[in-house]
Amino acid sequence: MDLITTGSQTVGPFFHLGCSDPFSVPVIAGLLVEGEHIKLICTSHDAEGTFLPDAMIEIWQANAKGKYNHPEDMQDKEVDPDFCGFGRLASDKSGVCGFETIKPGRVPSWTDVRQAPHFAISVFARGVLKRLTTRAYFAGDPANAEDPVLALVPADRRETLMAHPDPQQPDTWRFDIYLSGERETVFFDV
Amino acid sequence: MTPNTPSSTKPPQPAVNPASAKLPGIIRPYRHPDPNTQPPSLYPPYRSTVLRAPTKPLILFPNTLSEVTGPVFGHDNIAENDNDLTRQHAGEPIGQRISVSGRVIDDNGRPVPNTLIEIWQTNAGGRYVHQSDQHPCPLDPNFTGCGRALTDAAGNYRFVTIKPGAYPWRNHPNAWRPAHIHFSLFGTAFTQRLVTQMYFPDDSLFPFDPIYNSIPDERARKRLVSQFELALTEPEWSLGFRWDIVLRGQEGTPFEE
Repeated sequence: MDLITTGSQTVGPFFHLGCSDPFSVPVIAGLLVEGEHIKLICTSHDAEGTFLPDAMIEIWQANAKGKYNHPEDMQDKEVDPDFCGFGRLASDKSGVCGFETIKPGRVPSWTDVRQAPHFAISVFARGVLKRLTTRAYFAGDPANAEDPVLALVPADRRETLMAHPDPQQPDTWRFDIYLSGERETVFFDV
Repeated sequence: MTPNTPSSTKPPQPAVNPASAKLPGIIRPYRHPDPNTQPPSLYPPYRSTVLRAPTKPLILFPNTLSEVTGPVFGHDNIAENDNDLTRQHAGEPIGQRISVSGRVIDDNGRPVPNTLIEIWQTNAGGRYVHQSDQHPCPLDPNFTGCGRALTDAAGNYRFVTIKPGAYPWRNHPNAWRPAHIHFSLFGTAFTQRLVTQMYFPDDSLFPFDPIYNSIPDERARKRLVSQFELALTEPEWSLGFRWDIVLRGQEGTPFEE
């Protein structure tokens, strides 16, 4: 059969029917999971800064030790049986997807230096013909300075990849996604 | 939906060089698709892309563990009748009963086994069970339009449903979407994640649909169209359509059958 890659199409405005509602995953890590428990609040915006009320955000992350729950992660580290590392939510009217999770550990890179703690993020929405992928890092984490992925991002755009702690609730990290416009988030070609 | 841990549903290990596979630093990167097979982010005929398309170039970096891993789902994530959308209510839905089946493979020709497929679609009249769809077409009390299935060891999947209808939308004057079924696939890695739409053969609306036409390459566009197959058609019961899906594969590992 023909092996050309199947083309992407938008999730459209009705994806809730197949992908969220009963199939949402707001809790990536329950209280039994080892690690620093946090909330990750992602807010999505369009080019004019308007909230996206019809976005779907997916999160993929390592556990607190920096191990992915997946057969291709052959690091000699333990997986946590209560932790997969996947989350998924449709945004609310204010463009918000709020996840309960843990801060991921550092995972290897293609260099000798491990990557800084980060979430791999997929963004889907009406008007988004193909998935957009980005990452959220933890602002202020000293490991960011040596992260090889961040090093490939122009210095003046790295800030778009930073989640920031809420001044009132330090365990709540806020990550803003701008699909376009002055504050356009860095998206990756993975 | 709680994805399974590898201890309960471990997909078969891909065939790799056993020596290199034991080295935790070895990553087998995923091939990038031919850009002409994929839509651009900005496609002005589809108006909603205008304020939602990044304008700056995407940043490329070598695949790491974060990209070559992804959530693993299993039979715990699937309920009985999830793949038969005609049996999810007390009665049968109105419409043309069909089956949609095919194979999920990667671009090396290797099957993608045990991967979750999620579908959603309109009823026979073209209406979604969704609060944002209020167009004047009746709902069908016996049809929701949501299905899930796992591929088998050879990458095969099968759904039974009714043929969805075309429906109007407000992209441009007198705009109608061709009948389609939304497909969401996880593959086995973050890189392989794909959400797309499957269409039906010979739809008169294709020339007018900016979403279908957002894919530059004609051959790639036609690959979104399922094929009618008499062999999949059940006598006096349902029409059979075949639709195969090709995900990105890992570099340097062509598959020989």
